Amino acid sequence: MNIQVSERSITPMSRSQTGQPVTRNPDANHELSIRVRDLSLWYGDAQALKSLNIDLYQKNVTALIGPSGCGKSTFLRCLNRMNDLIPGVRVEGLVEMDGRDVNAPKMDEVALRRRVGMVFQKPNPFPKSIYENIAYAPRMHDLVGRKAEQDELVERALRDAGLWEEVKDKLHQPGTSLSGGQQQRLCIARAIAVQPDVILMDEPTSALDPISTATIEDLMDKLKKQYTIVTVTHNMQQAARVADYTAFFHLGEIVEYNDTKAMFSNPATKKAEDYITGRYG
Amino acid sequence: MSQSFDVISSQLKKRHRRSARLKWISMSALGLAGLFLVLFFADMLGKGLPAFQQTYVQVELEYTEEASRMGRAAMDPEVARLVSRTFERLIPRMIRDNPDLLGTSETRWVLAKSEVDQYLKGHANKLRGNEPELVDELVEAGRVDLRFNTTFFSRGDSKMAESAGILAAAVGTVMTLLVTLAIAFPIGVMTAVYLEEFAPDNRLTQLIEININNLAAIPSILFGLLGLAIFINFFGVPRSSPLVGGMTLALMTLPVIIIATRTALRSVPDSIRHAAFGVGCSRWQVVRDHVLPLAMPGIMTGSIIGLAQAMGETAPLIIVGMVAFIPDVSPSFTQAATVLPAQIFTWAGEPERAFVEKTAGGILVLLAILIFLNASAVLLRKKFERRW
Repeated sequence: MNIQVSERSITPMSRSQTGQPVTRNPDANHELSIRVRDLSLWYGDAQALKSLNIDLYQKNVTALIGPSGCGKSTFLRCLNRMNDLIPGVRVEGLVEMDGRDVNAPKMDEVALRRRVGMVFQKPNPFPKSIYENIAYAPRMHDLVGRKAEQDELVERALRDAGLWEEVKDKLHQPGTSLSGGQQQRLCIARAIAVQPDVILMDEPTSALDPISTATIEDLMDKLKKQYTIVTVTHNMQQAARVADYTAFFHLGEIVEYNDTKAMFSNPATKKAEDYITGRYG
Repeated sequence: MSQSFDVISSQLKKRHRRSARLKWISMSALGLAGLFLVLFFADMLGKGLPAFQQTYVQVELEYTEEASRMGRAAMDPEVARLVSRTFERLIPRMIRDNPDLLGTSETRWVLAKSEVDQYLKGHANKLRGNEPELVDELVEAGRVDLRFNTTFFSRGDSKMAESAGILAAAVGTVMTLLVTLAIAFPIGVMTAVYLEEFAPDNRLTQLIEININNLAAIPSILFGLLGLAIFINFFGVPRSSPLVGGMTLALMTLPVIIIATRTALRSVPDSIRHAAFGVGCSRWQVVRDHVLPLAMPGIMTGSIIGLAQAMGETAPLIIVGMVAFIPDVSPSFTQAATVLPAQIFTWAGEPERAFVEKTAGGILVLLAILIFLNASAVLLRKKFERRW
């Protein structure tokens, strides 16, 4: 392991920080996917995110960790503008994807969400058949034409989500009849069926048992070959297992953004170290 | 130090007594309500069921020249006294419509007049002179009989109690409710969808919301006044028509449908909306493809109950002229019609004894339809209820 051990700093990264990780992960891909600059967010008068800077790289898993209420999920929802749905939210700063500001008035949030899919904390399949759960969105976005094409896409999405073998004989049963872990993989299949660039996962395994969790983690590892994955997790072992980069959030700020191995073996900040070792949060 | 069981139990005794007392009070309240319901039904059934039977009398008809001018002449004058005047008047028309009848004769069962009917059913009646004995004789001979009252279901209102029926009112009710449904359902559902899924939460929408809730509590006769002022006087919609009645009832049903729809929409979990937004649905697609299908059972239930309420409504229809003597089925939405509760109201005001059972019979039919509607609302909800 050729991890560069950086100087330990006690203060969190200042606002002038460039948004790049403290230590580079040599195995990771470094093409830029989403660039976040000076991003602040208010719920009414309460500021939830304070001038965040971060570069998210393509075809990696980036984990967001931190104590409850630190803004991880809020930040995640900024990336596909799900915060628009909450009344009284005000966003400032830049979230740039593919050279475009996603918060610009010209940006259509529907187009954005086609390219930035999302998986939620609680599995939430549509109360329709398994087949319809997958086929609905591609059909809506005119990605498929004929029935055969649609069948093929459903199979591919379910295979990619590692669910095909389990459900191929009951595609027309309701999606809600599956187990929790299967439902969550169905939601992942639903997200990748529209071939997005980025998949946001908001604590995707927090409602699942350990075996289903392990399955989802393996799946994330496979999916990152094609997709950029940003996941929020409360489970630090999970972050250590699946993520290439990890960002530690605290009180609406990104305290440390680092190579995962470095973050867990030799964090650059005192706060991150305290949190990771369980002395805090 | 903790208290012993005995000490605790002695304190509890009083509380147990109180809850037992409360249980008895609430049970007797329920029993009283049930008793009233049973009494009401027994009374209605006792009064109304005879309306489904009517007295018929067998007569020999001779279609003579004289009978084509005056129907009574076709019958034996003794028996003719017992026959309904409605039928007497029908004879000349029958001959006119079918001249071949002239000179022939036949024996057939015809409607008896309502006094005979009342006598046979053991009610107070105004049979004169030897008429009661005559009826008794004919009953002995098997020439007067109680039969199922087809007239009640196949004719409109009549001044003659024996030939008064509810068909015109029933058809009028269906037409009126169709208009109500066609207006109130789409407007109500779309209003609720807008308020619940699209509208920002500000002063204006809060004001609208409060007003909709208040509308549901407004005395229905005021909607009738509104219908008279706006629809009839301003827009010139024909009065007494199913169109104006339906529009008036739609005003009354709208808040019910809006409130039911909003409740149904609110019961759809947000996780479904998030899932739909997450795959890139526009707001309208979220509502159309995901939220509305899930809310539909609730919306349908609420709408059916709203319609059932509108169906039993009389007050606003008095104002727009639908409480009237309507002997014929209305041929179109713009011609005079009446509805079931209005028909019942009209009959209740008739002085003749025979109309009492008509009134009760009409109430039974209305009740049966209302129970059917409410039951189908429950069944629909059960059938389409989905878990998520």
